[in-house]
Amino acid sequence: MLFPSPRPSKAPPRIVITGAGIVTALGIGWRANANGFRAGRQAFRPVTLFDVSRQRAKIAAEVDLPQPFPPIQLSEKRLTRLDRATKMLLLAVQEAWSQAGLTPGENLPLVLGTTSGGMALAESYLRHAIHSPQSQRQQATRVMNYQAQRQALDVCDAFGFSGPITVISNACASGANAIGHAWELLRAGHAEQALTGGHDALCQITFAGFDSLQALSPTPCRPFDARRDGLSLGEGAAILVLETLDHARRRGVEILGEIISYAAATDTYHLTQPHPQGDAAFTTMKAACARADITPEQVDYINAHGTATLQNDSTEAAAINRWAGARVATLPVSSTKASIGHLLGAAGAVETLVCLMTLCEQWLPPEIALSETDPACGFPIVSQPTDARVNVALSNSFGFGGANATLIFRRWT
Amino acid sequence: MSRVFVHGIGAVSPAGWGIPTLREALKKGAPLPTQALTRPGWSKPFQVRTVPAPARRQVFLAHPRLRRASAITQYTVGASREALGEDVGRVQNGELRLGIVVCLMPGCVTYSRRFYEEVLSDPATASPLIFAETVYNAPASHLAAFLNSGTISYTLVGDDSSFLQGLALAAGWLLNDQADGCLVVGADEMDWVVADAVHLFERQSVQGAGAGALYLRKESSAKPALELACITDAFLFSTAGARSAAAQRMRAQLPECNPRELLCLGTQGIARADADELAAWTDWTGARLAPKQLLGEAFTASAAWQCIAACDALGRGDFNAVNVSIVGVNEQAIGARFVNPNFL
Repeated sequence: MLFPSPRPSKAPPRIVITGAGIVTALGIGWRANANGFRAGRQAFRPVTLFDVSRQRAKIAAEVDLPQPFPPIQLSEKRLTRLDRATKMLLLAVQEAWSQAGLTPGENLPLVLGTTSGGMALAESYLRHAIHSPQSQRQQATRVMNYQAQRQALDVCDAFGFSGPITVISNACASGANAIGHAWELLRAGHAEQALTGGHDALCQITFAGFDSLQALSPTPCRPFDARRDGLSLGEGAAILVLETLDHARRRGVEILGEIISYAAATDTYHLTQPHPQGDAAFTTMKAACARADITPEQVDYINAHGTATLQNDSTEAAAINRWAGARVATLPVSSTKASIGHLLGAAGAVETLVCLMTLCEQWLPPEIALSETDPACGFPIVSQPTDARVNVALSNSFGFGGANATLIFRRWT
Repeated sequence: MSRVFVHGIGAVSPAGWGIPTLREALKKGAPLPTQALTRPGWSKPFQVRTVPAPARRQVFLAHPRLRRASAITQYTVGASREALGEDVGRVQNGELRLGIVVCLMPGCVTYSRRFYEEVLSDPATASPLIFAETVYNAPASHLAAFLNSGTISYTLVGDDSSFLQGLALAAGWLLNDQADGCLVVGADEMDWVVADAVHLFERQSVQGAGAGALYLRKESSAKPALELACITDAFLFSTAGARSAAAQRMRAQLPECNPRELLCLGTQGIARADADELAAWTDWTGARLAPKQLLGEAFTASAAWQCIAACDALGRGDFNAVNVSIVGVNEQAIGARFVNPNFL
């Protein structure tokens, strides 16, 4: 039953990560991405997926999908109908699934975050409906497959498990909300394992939308730089296998890290702009720390939302300054959007994996292109490849509509 | 304490703005009249059931965040205000932490279509004001802003069954003390592009639009109390063939027929579309209600109206318990049960 939930008789269980899969413009899989993030490599290039000749910005961080697509348990017919977003999602699931040693079965909650699902198919549907209304060839396929729940069902069918499925669309915080919600499901006793993360592919409507808002930079984005002039878009997917600690120990699987807290709040200031003082961001960081019973002094690294828009970065800087107090002057912060762009619904999930990489491999991801840190930042921005002792990492995600989320992770030793 | 109660209900539907209009339509039991919706490139329009304009201008639409908002947001806020009742003020004053879950299927499709049409025409001149309204969580965001609610808010995307998932999620927030009250909204809006898409799969389906809201609390002041007794597991199906089995499994988790109980179905009155759900409930010989047959197919809003109709019947004391059956369009089958605890 989804309700009432089985109430654990004791304190909520600890939740650990036993599988991780990632696809970004830096590459496919943990190793390619860890190497890229550690070096601060930038993966932007001219957009090839659609026409951007009339847009102000013309670059993005596109993913090179493998050709041919790796074997997967879906029929040839169904494979040919998959859009880019689903393919990236399946690749990320495959890596996480394999690493965690999961097997087909029932009651494996799947919690995904996305902003646009298979929007490229919806665009194709609408173009066709407008330009060739009397011809409905393949229109049903486009309608069926653009929907986010269909992509989740593709995952279930490809890996042989049955949900429940939850798709959260909280704009650019979707991925973080999805992971946080999966964490809460396991703590509430709904299941002992969950598959969670986020995915989004580049599409014309989103690109044109951010361009219309003049939020896109014509050059690779520079989060927290004094001369930043907007964000860059990217695409990708990241998936985690979450598990109760007892369950992971019983299975004898490798533990990659632990999620120790999550908090979410809503910024009601404006539909597309954050509150200038970052009140909701401050609230989520504070609440997440309180829930984990830790202080800012115990946080070793922040993976900031850091989109490189004027408003976001100044707001987030204000919130971090206020939340961190005396710790702020020595607290390393970076935004890995400098490497792969803003992945929207996938951002929080990919940035969770980056935090996991820093915990597992003990380095900090730099922003190589940073030239002059915004004086609003009371904290140091990691600008060079850096080895570091990282026991606790915090990730912020904020989105259109005021969705704010903070996740906190701990190294597993 | 692990009990959750329905504290308030609200609806905007093709019957009108407010629960009384919905109640009246259900009482009459006749399908509401349809209206013509132009379909570009075709001479024959769709027949749909739109939301009528309110009898008088809704004052809340003067809120700065709602003046340019899309229809789906207006429906969301309208239904939510009604469900919250006097607690609107308590939320706005910060006295009550309100969790918000908005469930959508097509979602903000009207502004998405308009924006993409502008992009196709010339992306350099596409309107940023419209783009902001295309985002799935725009209705939830506007609702939170209207209520001045900074508490947690999720937008769920899925088929009509996702509304019951939203109820389960909200119940979890209440029981974990993440909120003092939770508003769960199902909302979808009318657009030719949605009617066109539905038409590809079921030509007899009549598109509807609107929103429904349930306001949940851990305690009840309503008389009689309306308790959320259970929400079944979610039974997935990715093929039409598996839909029937999912419906059967959902049905198996709800009680056997009882003459003092109501069954609230999601059927449309279309043999092919309804077959799986009706087959799952062949054993139910008691009272039945199917709001979608009167109001049209409005996805998550329809699911919300089912729950609202069920709770309204329970609240009138007509039944001791009501079971809600939702065999979704293309994702999963889920059921729910509401009870009057005085009869347990």
